[in-house]
Amino acid sequence: MGGVTRTPTNLTQGSATKGGIGESTLRPDGTLKVTGEFAYSSDMWHEDMLWGYTLRSPHAHAEIRSIDTSAALAQAGVHAVLTYDDLPTEVKNYGLEIQDTPVLAHGRVRHHGEPVAIVAADHPETARRAAEKIRVDYAPLPVVHDEATATAEDAPLLHPGRDDHHAGHVPHPNVVHRQPIVRGDVEAARARADVIVSGEYEVGMQDQAFLGPESGLAVPAEDGGVDLYVATQWLHSDLRQIAPVLGLPEEKVRMTLSGVGGAFGGREDLSMQIHGCLLALRTGKPVKIVYNRFESFFGHVHRHPAKLWYEHGATRDGRITHMKCRIVLDGGAYASASPAVVGNASSLSVGPYVIDDVEIEAVALYTNNPPCGAMRGFGAVQACFAYESQMDKLAAELGMDAVELRRLNAMSQGTIMPTGQEVDSPAPVAELLRRVKALPLPPEKQWESGDTAGTSVDVRALPGGLSNTTHGEGVVRGVGYAVGIKNVGFSEGFDDYSTARVRLSVVGGEPVAMVHTAMAEVGQGGVTVHAQIARTELGVTHVTIHPADTRVGSAGSTSASRQTYVTGGAVKHTCEAVREKVLELGRAKLGTYHPAWATAELLLEGGKVVTDGGEVLAGIADVLEDEVVDIELEWRHRPTEAFDLRTGQGQGHVQYSFAAHRAVVEVDTELGLVKVIELACAQDVGKALNPQSVVGQIQGGTTQGLGLAVMEEIVVDTDGKVRNPSFTDYLIPTILDTPTIPVDVLELADPNAPYGLRGMGEAPTLSSTPAVVSAIRAATGLALRRVPVRPEHLTGT
Amino acid sequence: MRVNFRVNGRPHEADDVWEGESLLYVLRERMGLPGSKNACEQGECGSCTVRLDGVPVCACLVAAGQVEGREVVTVEGLANFAKDRAAGCAGGACGGTDLNAARQWEADPERAERADDGAVSGAGAELSTVQQAFIDAGAVQCGFCTPGLLVAADELIERNPQPSDADIREALSGNLCRCTGYEKILDAVRLAAAREESQTAGTGA
Repeated sequence: MGGVTRTPTNLTQGSATKGGIGESTLRPDGTLKVTGEFAYSSDMWHEDMLWGYTLRSPHAHAEIRSIDTSAALAQAGVHAVLTYDDLPTEVKNYGLEIQDTPVLAHGRVRHHGEPVAIVAADHPETARRAAEKIRVDYAPLPVVHDEATATAEDAPLLHPGRDDHHAGHVPHPNVVHRQPIVRGDVEAARARADVIVSGEYEVGMQDQAFLGPESGLAVPAEDGGVDLYVATQWLHSDLRQIAPVLGLPEEKVRMTLSGVGGAFGGREDLSMQIHGCLLALRTGKPVKIVYNRFESFFGHVHRHPAKLWYEHGATRDGRITHMKCRIVLDGGAYASASPAVVGNASSLSVGPYVIDDVEIEAVALYTNNPPCGAMRGFGAVQACFAYESQMDKLAAELGMDAVELRRLNAMSQGTIMPTGQEVDSPAPVAELLRRVKALPLPPEKQWESGDTAGTSVDVRALPGGLSNTTHGEGVVRGVGYAVGIKNVGFSEGFDDYSTARVRLSVVGGEPVAMVHTAMAEVGQGGVTVHAQIARTELGVTHVTIHPADTRVGSAGSTSASRQTYVTGGAVKHTCEAVREKVLELGRAKLGTYHPAWATAELLLEGGKVVTDGGEVLAGIADVLEDEVVDIELEWRHRPTEAFDLRTGQGQGHVQYSFAAHRAVVEVDTELGLVKVIELACAQDVGKALNPQSVVGQIQGGTTQGLGLAVMEEIVVDTDGKVRNPSFTDYLIPTILDTPTIPVDVLELADPNAPYGLRGMGEAPTLSSTPAVVSAIRAATGLALRRVPVRPEHLTGT
Repeated sequence: MRVNFRVNGRPHEADDVWEGESLLYVLRERMGLPGSKNACEQGECGSCTVRLDGVPVCACLVAAGQVEGREVVTVEGLANFAKDRAAGCAGGACGGTDLNAARQWEADPERAERADDGAVSGAGAELSTVQQAFIDAGAVQCGFCTPGLLVAADELIERNPQPSDADIREALSGNLCRCTGYEKILDAVRLAAAREESQTAGTGA
């Protein structure tokens, strides 16, 4: 059990009110989740409900000549079969930023798995069999599958006649968005370099692989509208995309968040939402749609696979002179979040380093590959693998220690980013590296059992595990490091606000707060933190979390590490307004009884109104009596601005988040099998509102980075076909693949953020991957320019 | 077809079952027991793990007809199953229902209120040691893998009351979790084993 840090160090204590911020309070949904009673979107059930099923394209690119649904409709138990021709309004596309995604294919399919028709039947198997009877006449078209085929002069255009707001500045219509960033004088800086290293790196297509499949229940309502129970990351964004296609005003599409079985970016885009509503409105019956795992791989966007070309120079003493890079992200058939991913990849491509002279270009392509969009780390993951690989290469070229090189060039508060934006809060990059390096290394040869005299081998501790492929022969250890930078919140001028409603009343003689937001709880523990904030701000013990729905204003997305910052900020802001109202009521009702009502700074603590000197003036319940304070407010973080389209300059980001990893691996060099022994992380979180959740996020993010390093890739062939859409062939880390993950948490407050907190969910996903690969390089001496690293990359076979 | 089997100690009957339906489908869609989860439906993720005559199995890979006349324990019945085991009547050997269990249909506003309150989550319901340990250790995030992990972890501690870390990893290697990185799941199983151990020692059993 060596190396396990069960309790994080360096965490501040909580506030005066029990269960407030800084404490590891338990999840309010914990009991329901361990008893099986928590209702996930796939658990929804309604009397007389039908099952929906989606027929998807077997081709990556084809013309649809005709669709014949008659045999499917004739099957007993089938209630509806809908195609493009059945869509009720002129609005037939949707999309997060660019409305380029057809609800159902019209005349052409652009990727393997694109929805073509939908079926509703009385049993899921009936719906599946009916879908098989739909006859679609496809005429395959040439497939655009990489940059060369996408930007060739005669390349088939994925979206001819584009009129989106990026169309005017891209070099080719199959480029979704291009963002250059130039700063300083790269040629002059290059001339000062004693060494120059360059490299071409590649990141495979990673899947979010949330465990709860896409699912939901659409119930037609008497007013002609629909009630939709669904797992998503952003209710109001869904609503904005769903209502126009249905031809309904937004108030007639009432959405309630169901239990969400993980998200990691994969629920930012719509999946079954519109299809379920269309079938429910057509049949007049509730319709449930649940994807199975095979369909889930086609039902959501993935992490952009990327090719990255980098050049760094340095003087002999290890100072980096300049950086040039070009990042090509494959966005697949539809835009999804590609433009924002380009913005992140370009603006964070330099990594957490001080480099004044840079030339950066990032593009996202339209191809016939599966659409790619949001996944934890969002453009910063791909860049981090490349720049950290370059740091290893540069250190080797200089004959320097790789951590020393990183620390020497590490950014800090006050550093100017390539975008010209100053990093204006703590950026403890060098300190995070120092911390992971200072940790004791795990003991060697842990497979050798120490409690027997002979040489007993526990193969479970070796690469290959119970496959019993080695007893230690050919096994080499390596240690590697990496550090990364992630932006927090929506960037580039987006109005990234959230809304919170807080109600304070007296129940059974006790003050009880109710917090109502539209925040999607996807597992991250936002509901826990909201209750903690309400306790801290209102001094109450009892807090109820109202189910998330569209009856309250938007909370923005549960992504970009932003919810604790932004919706947490909105809850804090609204609680402050509620507190003022309570004090106002108190002054009006009880002010004459004590002069402190008028003169002292007043707080709410332990269910009472107290002075800052600790004197109790009244119980909150006595102030409120039967009055109810109910306030809904919006809250915004400080504004950002777009990056200039030629220079990339602009105050584009809200906040940055930093993590560093040290990986210890053991490699069976004969078979190319890797076992990660330990993956230590140090991260600055500004303020840990719930330390246990913070550590859980870091360990979970770290493990997803490990998956990308050595296991996870959606394999797409040159015909654009997905080859491994299952958990049999797409491998995510099991408990046997995952090492101990010691976590060291720093809390250096960001003065601009609520409680000084730093959005922290994504940063650990960045540096985990390059740290593992760096450790494999150290063990094998191989260059390793692509992730995931596969056995054949290590054995050369 | 009709299928009769015992679920969580009680006889159940499912009618109009299509021969291709899995045990998982029948539990979730026909018996109102959606606690066993449908993450992959191909036997790879373990989130539908149930006990079938005591043996942990993926309910998605068991045809409904195969469970005719047999005994199934799901996450919904785990707390009672663990309680019966502690009382020496696991597997439904003691057929009766105790008074408290028989009264579970009664409304209990206090319990509901306690369950609403994040600070004391879990205090209101009667949970097995493994269930409580998962809450306390922070092993639950999205929770979709949790039911299967609980059934598997409970079975591990039943047959190996003091598992080493290697034992825990081996026993839970068929259960995927995407949120936690497994560290807090290990913490939870260690905690549950230690609590079981101290309870056993405390009662002199």
